[in-house]
Amino acid sequence: MLAFGLVLLLMLGLLAALAPLIVDPALAAIGAAPPRRPPSAAHWLGSDTQGRDVLASLLAATPRTLEIGLLAGLIGLAIGGALGLIAGWFRGPADAIIRTICDVMMTVPAIAVLVLVGTSVRTMTVGLMALVVALLSWMVPARAIRAQVLSLRERPWIDVARLNGMSGPRIILAELLPNLAPYLAASFVIAVSTAMLATIGLEALGLGPQNELTLGMMIYWAQYSGAILRGMWWWWVPPVVALTLIFIGLLAVSLGMDRLVNARLRSDA
Amino acid sequence: MAAYLLRRIGMAALVMFVALSVNFAIPRLMPGDPVEQQLAAVSAAGGQTGNMAEAAAAMRARLGLDRPLAVQYLAFLANSVRFDLGVSVASYPQPVAEIVLAGLPWTIGLLGTATLLSFVVGSLLGAMLAWPRAPKLLKFLALPVVVLSAVPYFILGIVLMALLGILWPVLPVAGGYPFGMVPNADFATALGIAKHAVLPGLSIMLASLGTWAVAMRGMVVGVLGEDYIMLAEAKGLSERRIFLAYGVRNALLPQFTQLALKLGLLVSGAILVEVIFAYPGIGYRLYVAIGQKDVFVVQGIVLLLSLSIALAMLLLDLIYPLIDPRVAARNA
Repeated sequence: MLAFGLVLLLMLGLLAALAPLIVDPALAAIGAAPPRRPPSAAHWLGSDTQGRDVLASLLAATPRTLEIGLLAGLIGLAIGGALGLIAGWFRGPADAIIRTICDVMMTVPAIAVLVLVGTSVRTMTVGLMALVVALLSWMVPARAIRAQVLSLRERPWIDVARLNGMSGPRIILAELLPNLAPYLAASFVIAVSTAMLATIGLEALGLGPQNELTLGMMIYWAQYSGAILRGMWWWWVPPVVALTLIFIGLLAVSLGMDRLVNARLRSDA
Repeated sequence: MAAYLLRRIGMAALVMFVALSVNFAIPRLMPGDPVEQQLAAVSAAGGQTGNMAEAAAAMRARLGLDRPLAVQYLAFLANSVRFDLGVSVASYPQPVAEIVLAGLPWTIGLLGTATLLSFVVGSLLGAMLAWPRAPKLLKFLALPVVVLSAVPYFILGIVLMALLGILWPVLPVAGGYPFGMVPNADFATALGIAKHAVLPGLSIMLASLGTWAVAMRGMVVGVLGEDYIMLAEAKGLSERRIFLAYGVRNALLPQFTQLALKLGLLVSGAILVEVIFAYPGIGYRLYVAIGQKDVFVVQGIVLLLSLSIALAMLLLDLIYPLIDPRVAARNA
């Protein structure tokens, strides 16, 4: 399961990386191809109303979308992991404060904050989008890591380290983090999925980076121009297929991780 | 018990307060002046002549932007509590509250029905999957359902629209009721509304079935391993009785928690499905307002999204001790 998901995602990334060998990236620019053409020998996936070659757009958009997801997932994991560690290790008031912030943030709907930010900035960029999405997707990793730290810190080897005179920060780095690795990896996948879902939702509402091509923006433009109703399938099917493959890949990776991390699931499968 | 209630109500109040503050702060924290932006848009359209500085000052005064920030904040809180959300800029002078309330029944009707249906069907499917004597065919059904749950709602909506609305046009693909129809309280109206709800409803259902089924299956498998199941078997109860009355019944409890949460997320849950199908609910109105840069409508809808979740969480917390006595006991 894990291997299948990883291979699927890697293949998508590789395909995008090899894009220049398949199609000229310049064809993704507005007006580079005759507009509204169905697939042909010159343009394998046709072109959209703005005269972008759909295949070139698709291959340019896929890595951008993956990039936003990975970037936001990484920032989200860093914030969540750090807060989870602090809450679980120090407990007491730090834990209470972090937990309350977590609970409140989980209740305020992410899409609402995203829409507010999206309508308030003049131009959205890939970096800003990743940052905003990340600030809203650290809560699940924070909770998961905190729970693990709470359980890990009671293990005998931590006591041994403490009795050996290791300092708190060193225990966290040398004893705790290596044991947290699988949970960090699992949280990362969840954070990437959440971030990707939020980004695409925001883009499809028309609040994405207007000047950059992402899969969500492709769907937005297709929907905006009524591609579905006008039967221009070559325009909306490719991004939909790409997104579906990405999400299936993420699901497979996360199911595989679950099996790796939770021994209970492994025994009953 | 009183402490439990107080803590829960306090938490809900805190969430609502944060939601309101975020709603107030974000537009003001962002770079760029909303008044200048709006005037720029107006003058670009050729509508504005004369003294721009005077116009800007007048606009600032009307929006209350010339007052100190603290005063603005208090006024904002007071207005929000009274559900006075200002007036729409695009369809002036319609109150924002009116626009929001007009969309609410559509969203609640569509999403409420779809959520409840997928809860029932998904939980049933999950329970069947955990039943050792379930037909083999069901196991094959599980995979596509789980895969569908990984795909965002609106992508499924696009595919369904293309398949059942365009390729094989059996269902309407846009709007909440037949175009040009005058809504009456008769059968034809009800049928028209129901027909328009099928495709958006179906995309939400298909995409959420898997989540319910997976969660339910896990719970039933867990419950079937409990000691009281063994006791029931030892008593010689029928397999069906054990499965339904002992297994499924106890596994349903956490599912109800999820259902309450989902109902709270109802309003924000499928904004994009409404957009794809031009369904006249809250989500579509939000999309239109974003397109028209109708700031106050966007703010009003965003506020509603936050408050509905806080309210649903509070209701769940208040009802939960009644469903599960252990919660009340633990917090006594």
